[in-house]
Amino acid sequence: MATPSITVTETPLVLYTLRRADDALILGHRLSEWCGHAPMLEQDMALSNIALDLIGQARALYAYAAEVEGKDNNEDKLAYLRDVRQYRNLLLVERPNGDFAQTMVRQLFYSAFADLYWRGMTRSIDATLAAIAAKSEKESAYHLRHAGEWIIRLGDGTDESHARAQGAIDDLWAFTGEMFCVDDAERGLIDAGVAVDPLMLMPEWLVTVTDVVREATLVLPENDWMQQGGRDGRHSEHLGHLLSELQYMQRSFPGASW
Amino acid sequence: MVAAATSDHDLWQRAWDAAASVTDPEIPVLTIADLGVLREVVVRSDGAVDVAVTPTYSGCPAMSAIAFDVAVALECAGFPAATIRTVLSPAWTTDWMSEAGRAKLRTYGIAPPLPASSRRALFGVERVDCPQCGSGDTELLSEFGSTSCKALWRCKACREPFDYFKCH
Repeated sequence: MATPSITVTETPLVLYTLRRADDALILGHRLSEWCGHAPMLEQDMALSNIALDLIGQARALYAYAAEVEGKDNNEDKLAYLRDVRQYRNLLLVERPNGDFAQTMVRQLFYSAFADLYWRGMTRSIDATLAAIAAKSEKESAYHLRHAGEWIIRLGDGTDESHARAQGAIDDLWAFTGEMFCVDDAERGLIDAGVAVDPLMLMPEWLVTVTDVVREATLVLPENDWMQQGGRDGRHSEHLGHLLSELQYMQRSFPGASW
Repeated sequence: MVAAATSDHDLWQRAWDAAASVTDPEIPVLTIADLGVLREVVVRSDGAVDVAVTPTYSGCPAMSAIAFDVAVALECAGFPAATIRTVLSPAWTTDWMSEAGRAKLRTYGIAPPLPASSRRALFGVERVDCPQCGSGDTELLSEFGSTSCKALWRCKACREPFDYFKCH
């Protein structure tokens, strides 16, 4: 019999931490799907290495969420035993890998944000979040450089790579707005100096992304309608499929370890 | 009193030396003391040992192996059931790597990390000297290498590829 889902008491700080942990885990899982399939060996290693960084960030954040919640949960339970509606990640990170251009555009959008976000979070009054941020910002900067160089290579490459990179930007653009949304739960943490206000980061994020896209001879869409819902557990159909693979072992063989 | 204090210190030194002798499973020439991963060793009044280690890269899989090896090293040195804690703050940086550690890395064929101040430029160019021949005429082959802490470079003078320990 399958292991039932856990319940989580989502105080603002628990919810906040889970959202960042879920972003890192789901994007890390997506990138790990490339392992053995990337277009060249160096990129196979790169995407797996980035996945490893993100899953490491997720582990630290889940461990902290469990500690703050102070119940019977732990990092494994939070990752393996919450159902799709309990996941709080951005819709952007659950987007399917698609082709290499789709993966790298998703990575550019997220890493350009994460780089700024974690750099800001190093000044959080919460010592644990600040320490996690101090590692994550360096890793994010490295991921951003990698993604930026690839977007330029793809955009300023062949007609085919240009078209695919532009298509990926057009497809994923509507998922970027959610990164900058703030709800009441987070507003309190921002006011208290625990969290960073993501909206303040938007101008610099836009400069970074625009610079890369322009150098790549690509363009950002005019359309500013943005999709959201992930932060509240309203996900696309893709996340359920991802979780069924990620959680299969623990759901079918409760407590399995090796 | 003096004797007791000396003996406490000797005990602590023995515990520290045991923990500090543990090497990185991926880079066996470096000890966790060289890396700056070993943060603190405390011998409590009941003789139990409490060790604090700090993770390097967020996802480095060597950390669990290191914690296990520290417990084994202490057990062998006569400190059973040591407690290994992970401390996150302040966050580890390659700037903590000792000079001895950097020299060992270079001798082992891995270019040691550059100072952290050079990491930020988005498309900045780093200059990494070849650990084999010392030439600065080198090029990046792959930003990501065989472990999360390394990148793959090549020396254009001696034509040898080499690992570079990325700054963090």
